[in-house]
Amino acid sequence: MKRNYLNANYSIWSWLLTGDHKRIAILYLISITLFFFIGGAAAVLFRLELLTPQGDLVIPEDYNKLFTLHGVVMVFFFMVPSIPAVLGNFLLPIMIGARDLAFPKLNLASWYLYIIGGIFTLCALLQGGVDTGWTFYTPYSSTYSNTAVLSAALGVFVVGFSSILTALNFIITTHTMRAPGMTWFRLPLFIWSNYATSLIIMLGTPVLAITVMLVGVERFCHVGIFDPRLGGDPVLFQHLFWFYSHPAVYIMLLPSLGVVSELIACFSHKRIFGYEFVAFSSLAIAILGFLVWGHHMFVTGQSMYAGFVFSFISMLVAIPSAIKVFNWTATLYKGSISWSTPMMYALGFIGLFTIGGLTGLFLATMAIDVHVHDTYFVVAHFHYIMVGGAVMGYLGGIHFWWPKMTGRMYPEGWGRVSAVLIFAGFNLTFFPQFILGYLGMPRRYYVYPDEFQVLNVMSSAGASVLGLGYLLPLGYLIWSLKYGKKVGKNPWHAYGLEWETDSPPPTFNFDVMPVVTRPAYDYDTEAIEQQYAESDPQDQLTAPPPEYDLVNTKH
Amino acid sequence: MSDHSFQVIPDMASNFSMDVDILYGFLVAVALIFSTLICVLVIGFGIYYRRGAKVDRTIETHSNVQELIWASVPFVLVMIMFSWGAVVFFDMKTPPENTLDIEVVGKQWMWKIQHAEGRTEINSLHVPLGQAIRLRMISEDVIHSFYVPAFRLKQDVLPAYFSQLWFTPTKTGTFHLFCAEYCGTEHSLMKGTVTVMDPQEYSQWLSEKTGDGPVQTGEKLFTQFSCDGCHKTDGTGNGPSLAGIFGKVRPLNGGGAAQADEQYLRDAILNPHKQVLTGYKSLMPSFQGQLTESDALAIIAYLKANSQSPAAAPASVTWNDAH
Repeated sequence: MKRNYLNANYSIWSWLLTGDHKRIAILYLISITLFFFIGGAAAVLFRLELLTPQGDLVIPEDYNKLFTLHGVVMVFFFMVPSIPAVLGNFLLPIMIGARDLAFPKLNLASWYLYIIGGIFTLCALLQGGVDTGWTFYTPYSSTYSNTAVLSAALGVFVVGFSSILTALNFIITTHTMRAPGMTWFRLPLFIWSNYATSLIIMLGTPVLAITVMLVGVERFCHVGIFDPRLGGDPVLFQHLFWFYSHPAVYIMLLPSLGVVSELIACFSHKRIFGYEFVAFSSLAIAILGFLVWGHHMFVTGQSMYAGFVFSFISMLVAIPSAIKVFNWTATLYKGSISWSTPMMYALGFIGLFTIGGLTGLFLATMAIDVHVHDTYFVVAHFHYIMVGGAVMGYLGGIHFWWPKMTGRMYPEGWGRVSAVLIFAGFNLTFFPQFILGYLGMPRRYYVYPDEFQVLNVMSSAGASVLGLGYLLPLGYLIWSLKYGKKVGKNPWHAYGLEWETDSPPPTFNFDVMPVVTRPAYDYDTEAIEQQYAESDPQDQLTAPPPEYDLVNTKH
Repeated sequence: MSDHSFQVIPDMASNFSMDVDILYGFLVAVALIFSTLICVLVIGFGIYYRRGAKVDRTIETHSNVQELIWASVPFVLVMIMFSWGAVVFFDMKTPPENTLDIEVVGKQWMWKIQHAEGRTEINSLHVPLGQAIRLRMISEDVIHSFYVPAFRLKQDVLPAYFSQLWFTPTKTGTFHLFCAEYCGTEHSLMKGTVTVMDPQEYSQWLSEKTGDGPVQTGEKLFTQFSCDGCHKTDGTGNGPSLAGIFGKVRPLNGGGAAQADEQYLRDAILNPHKQVLTGYKSLMPSFQGQLTESDALAIIAYLKANSQSPAAAPASVTWNDAH
């Protein structure tokens, strides 16, 4: 049997001390999945609590700890690392034709930092939990809360360095290790968006690290930074926090936009429409993302004129976002569209991202934000972006590259069921929250007025469908590791260097050095239709891939 | 509060409610049009151009003009949203003259309201219909946020910094008051009601229970804490004279100057080292811990009342005459 990265060595140390970017990706996949289900369990509990207007399932302290746990774990330990650390780690070197990332040991170190950060955060949980919300607003977090803020802050501090090191690795690898002929404008859009993401991580994350450290300093040493009783400024924290955490939304979203571009191109079997515009819109979003933090602070008492500036720039983010959506839609036009599982996730993504983006405009419009700020409207909006958007993209990507990562295919029928369940469950969970928010239900409420119950029950019902939708892939993907059908190099008839190598790839990715001679997404839509028409109807999904003259091989 | 089970728009009870709702309606329309357009196109293309369908797939060419056109439509729309939102926001931030001023102190987990005429309330606020109201708000501890959905208004209430909120109630009734900024264990119990009354009923309500107004309370505190020991009226004490202090421009040690407004006076009492008047040493002890924010507000009210000539008495005192 041919050696690949999975069967090259079976010892536990060969995993824990590996420098192979693909193995590190698998380590990340396992660890972030674990954190995803921890964060999800917290959500199950508080959605159950919110079924009734009174408090009945948990006490208020625990309710506050549950939503904090959900936020901290999902943002810092799942969403931020999800696509870059799993799919990016696995694919970035292969897609550009490199044998590994530039710094394999640094890559392994970033996984260990992630785990150490995770342990601190889980320690906070064992110490009784944290109740500050994932936003750690001061002076509540720095002097008033008597929960395990320090452990949680330390966990966030450490895991930040994990992101920084991965981003550094990605940037240097993209600059220096592209295969011959892989020019910048032949890069897959997935690489562009990971590159843009890495820039944000490098520039933004240190600010977060400093900010949580300052919270620790005030809490531990009583140096007045944020608490006015000690001589600090209570709003300063929000400036620092959102200077990172608004760009962090794009850290979570941009990689997903890259994945969706790959999926749309592959399953329309067509060159992505307006490649340069889609690529540069990622960079535009990354840059604008640093200039809009004040839109989280329209009602803090921030100067009205500052509000005008932040509102104006926030509005501009709509333009690169709209360009992406329009170009994806134009890619579908005259494509050869295959409704496979990853494509269903990608199309679901477009719908949810569109709603998430449009509702972002409500929040950037100052007069409306005054009313809906800190209500369920905001909760619904950012879940549409971060769960409807980023998680749909992540799952679409996992399904798309699963045969590449494991050499086996998952059951297609179950895949489509999961995509539909997640889409339907998601909308049922979060759409009612827009209405709840406009009616005025504040977020982070343990008890609420009776008139909000109907919408809350709808939301909790949706959450149970959504939960089921997330459990399905966990089940059938694990099942497929043993029972899934074996696949060849290119089960999707896709175009890209990762489809030129074996599934799963060998340890150093390519047997021979690839040389790229063609642009990205150089699909022949007519040819696949021709081939599809001629193939046996029983066998249409697995028709042999068209021959792409993507690379020359040289020995 | 009647049965609200299937509402999608909350009660409208302030001068801003209609403005915000119309703007919201515009954004909902834009959002509906665009999301419908995208959904129809995505699903339509997905079905029409499904693999195996015998349809024309002649490749169209990409043009930059096309990108420019479909980028400029959203640009124009978001600029309308920005400008419209900014205009309404400007109104929200610009209180008129002659407001009825009410003081609000937030603390874990209650709202304390002080009317100038003396009546105080906890977790409820009574206001007269049709009168422009201005709330001056401060927190005793963490950040809170004063939120009345029926008024479409929200303002964070910060420790050590005054914030304000103004509105004119346009509908009588009782409406929700929420704390919108997470403030700890009982955040969701930090709520109350805002009751909008006819002006006559309001005057009657005010006179039902009388207590010391903030000016009287401030005067008592001023004496009790011997403020006049140092702040002698003739200026011979260790501290500067406070006669006519309110609104004066104060030159500061280390350069610069500040107007003696509410924030300046509050800091002078609770954090006196922050700004020191030119020619004086930073000798005053902080009264943080001895005086609450409510106490400080009362002393400010007293100093303010002393600073104003009878001809220009505060609006809150003359309000009844105005009607």
